[in-house]
Amino acid sequence: MHAIFAAAILATVSQSLPRPSARPRRIALFVTCLVDLFRPSVGFAAVKLLERAGCTVDVPPLQVCCGQPAYNTGDRATTRAIAAQVIAAFDGYDAVVAPSGSCGGMLSHHYPGLFDDDPAMQARAKDLAGRSYELMAFLVDVMGIETVEARYDGAVTYHDSCSGLRELGVKDQPRRLLQSVDGLALREMKSPEVCCGFGGTFCVKYPEISNAMVGEKSADIAASGADTLVAGDLGCLMNMAGKLQREGSPIHVRHVAEVLAGMGDLPAIGEPGRGEPG
Amino acid sequence: MESTAHHFRQNVGTALADPNLQDSLAKLKVGFSERRRQAAERLPEFEALRDRARDIKNHTLANLDFYLEEFERKVLALGGHVHWAPTAADARRIIGELCRGAGARTVAKSKSMVAEEIALNEHLEEIGIEPIETDLGEYIIQLRREPPSHIIAPAVHLTKDQVADTFLEHHRKLGFTKRLTERNDLVAEARYVLRQKFVDADVGLTGANFLVAETGSSMLVTNEGNADLSNTLPRMHIVLASIEKVIPTLEDAAVLLRVLARSATGQESSAYTTLNTGPKRPGDLDGPEHYHVVLLDNGRSGVLGTEMQEILRCIRCGACMNHCPVYGAIGGHAYGWVYPGPLGAVLTPQLIGVEDAGNLPNASTFCGRCESVCPVRIPLPKLMRHWREREFERHLTPTAVRQGLALWSFVARRPRLYRRLAGLANRMLALFGRAEGRYRGLPLASGWTRFRDFPAPPAGGTFHAQWSRRRP
Amino acid sequence: MSDAPANARAQILDGIRRSLRRGAISGPARQAVEDRLALPPRGPVISRTELAPPEKVALFCHWAETNNATVARVAATDVASEVASFLVRNNLPAEVAMAPSPQLADYDWGGQKMLSVRRGRGEASDLVSITGAFAAIAETGTLVMASGPEHPVTLNLLPDTHIVVLRERDIVGGYEDVWGLLRQRYGKDRMPRTVNTITGPSRTGDIEQAMELGAHGPRRMHIVVVRE
Repeated sequence: MHAIFAAAILATVSQSLPRPSARPRRIALFVTCLVDLFRPSVGFAAVKLLERAGCTVDVPPLQVCCGQPAYNTGDRATTRAIAAQVIAAFDGYDAVVAPSGSCGGMLSHHYPGLFDDDPAMQARAKDLAGRSYELMAFLVDVMGIETVEARYDGAVTYHDSCSGLRELGVKDQPRRLLQSVDGLALREMKSPEVCCGFGGTFCVKYPEISNAMVGEKSADIAASGADTLVAGDLGCLMNMAGKLQREGSPIHVRHVAEVLAGMGDLPAIGEPGRGEPG
Repeated sequence: MESTAHHFRQNVGTALADPNLQDSLAKLKVGFSERRRQAAERLPEFEALRDRARDIKNHTLANLDFYLEEFERKVLALGGHVHWAPTAADARRIIGELCRGAGARTVAKSKSMVAEEIALNEHLEEIGIEPIETDLGEYIIQLRREPPSHIIAPAVHLTKDQVADTFLEHHRKLGFTKRLTERNDLVAEARYVLRQKFVDADVGLTGANFLVAETGSSMLVTNEGNADLSNTLPRMHIVLASIEKVIPTLEDAAVLLRVLARSATGQESSAYTTLNTGPKRPGDLDGPEHYHVVLLDNGRSGVLGTEMQEILRCIRCGACMNHCPVYGAIGGHAYGWVYPGPLGAVLTPQLIGVEDAGNLPNASTFCGRCESVCPVRIPLPKLMRHWREREFERHLTPTAVRQGLALWSFVARRPRLYRRLAGLANRMLALFGRAEGRYRGLPLASGWTRFRDFPAPPAGGTFHAQWSRRRP
Repeated sequence: MSDAPANARAQILDGIRRSLRRGAISGPARQAVEDRLALPPRGPVISRTELAPPEKVALFCHWAETNNATVARVAATDVASEVASFLVRNNLPAEVAMAPSPQLADYDWGGQKMLSVRRGRGEASDLVSITGAFAAIAETGTLVMASGPEHPVTLNLLPDTHIVVLRERDIVGGYEDVWGLLRQRYGKDRMPRTVNTITGPSRTGDIEQAMELGAHGPRRMHIVVVRE
């Protein structure tokens, strides 16, 4: 299984594809800790999309987490230490791109405010903030990508993850790209902009409230008539996938980057691999 | 009112298990937000008005002492009286003395969140004066001896049938022996019962949406007209308002009114917007003979100049709770005190102490929907985070959370160690989860797995492990 | 001086100044806020209020009706007959409480033999009232009532049905225009005791979030717009 899976990823990523004329840029991928640990294919999908857009992609090795667990718990000292580490790790790149609105928003919206009493660090934080992007916004708004070459046979509903939507204005970009996928039909939920109840540590600190929220979300997803749910943040996706699967729903859950990169044939989130373990 | 904010978790359990509440909330979530959206779309200047509303409030707060003194000067010039109440107890005492001085037996009250904040009804009852809530929603919950569950729709948690039972129980002695089934009949019966109480009341007590410094006027916005009967029929009109309600001029009021009704209920305008200035004038055929304004501080002046100052811009429209998915799940009572929703999550720790209300600013996903609809652009998630920071500094954060965070932080600050541990965790989770692709239970993650499966990572290693194999 | 103990007042004002890290406002800063009070800056221009007079009337009627009022547009000579016929159409008694205003007195009430008019303040038992209006706001279909010997507030609130006679010339674009008229009429610092701005009949959404009319104020509002 291991070998087959890795080979599948390698095969899809290394396909040589026509490249648009956009000037290649030196991009650093901010993998995010959830993607690193639970869904590496999202990272490879992001690399593929960025390379197809004409970028040169690097993955700085000293990156870990953006610091949100500490930030949202009120631990400013730890957040600053981690932010400083991230700022150093991503020094010198033209752009830093994350397949997550939450982590992207942390870098581009929240870092500068952490260093109000340290002008030198604040200048560096602002510099990083100015070149940090969420993947969909980067592809469409910066690289001018209008379409992708991918196929996905299914009815897809898109959930707007909160930070991407409200901090970074990610709304139309993923939908535009999804509409260019062959075989894919977009089916809107009634309330795609309402939070799924993940909220980082919130979902385990207040599990009953989180459950009520994700329960409502799963009903909205089911009512859309879609067979696949996509979103741009892995935390939200794991939360919604976990709820849908607990309810016995047949709906598949994928990261939007996977579908756009033509990796929609991988096992969906929380679904077992198809090959024999090996 | 007595706070139950420290029982937040129990309150949440009760709320989630209450089917009537859940029905009401399902309706509220769709209704209010949809109507607000349409109202905002009908007015092309809506976003510009929000910016101006924010600026007006910021300007006022920066000059709050000046505008309060100016307001007072104008009220006095027209024969009214102003009373300064540093604390809730001061305000209760002042109002109690005014009512006694007027020989009052009953007080007709129109809905005031500040009156809830200072527990005025309890005080009036203690000194032998009957407070009569006249806003329909407030009247219903007063009969039921419940606190409000929403700042503009206090009885939103109740069904028509519950109201019918309450009216039958309390109106029977007035001769209403038939249990009503239609909403309009319930409204008509309450109108009839309360009309006589208005006529009999010695004092009318209202809140204020705004106090206009330019003219010394108190401004009230309602749909029912009960506030206007309260400030017209009784001999004495008492306005109870907190100090941040003052605004400079009528032009500023025009801006704030345009965002208030639309944000609150999606109406172009509420039915009644009323300016009261001083007592009745010579020759007037009606109106109160005495006009008193009680200005309450209750900790607000101490919020100025701090990182929480922005909450003082709030105009109490309720949009933040109407759009909050957490409020939408648990309703207002779970927050345990006067102000629910994101507003309460910021204001309640300020007013009753973060030791009591510590859960409130934590029970948020920071989804940001409240901030995106706030008519005065209060960054509510940021202010909730400030509370979490204060809790962390004061070691009020639960020990398990602190320890978990300390461990995580130790590892996250050592990338190489982190990488090794992440690799190990990834392999374990992939290995044991490979058959089903997910877990139905996981040690240390019961908060998650009680309600949700936990997706297992696919085999193959972490992203970083795969990447370094592929692109060394 | 204020009625409250001086120390409570000082406590609050000093607390504000301490928090804002300054003393009482003085010098140019004080001049700036005083100037702002003297010449209030207007908010963003609301495009829908920038209309020629006939369009203002139409916009007013649109929003008043949207807010559950009924509107009739008649000539001055037909005001009394429109009121009488409205009462008949709605099976209402022909006894009305009327504001003691000279402006209303000009209409031909004597020509309506069935109509019995009492002039004075409103009483809890009144079923129908007739008042004029100080002004009306096209932006939201809102009537503006200024209290005084000629316009008791109780007539706006107590009766079941409120009939308002409104002259076209009194319809303005937005709230700011009304503030201007009030300052002209009463002086910048002297508002009447009560200014009621009223948009449609009384309503409540307090039972199951469904709108019901006639919570405490009038259930029915009829606006007779006098053509000019």
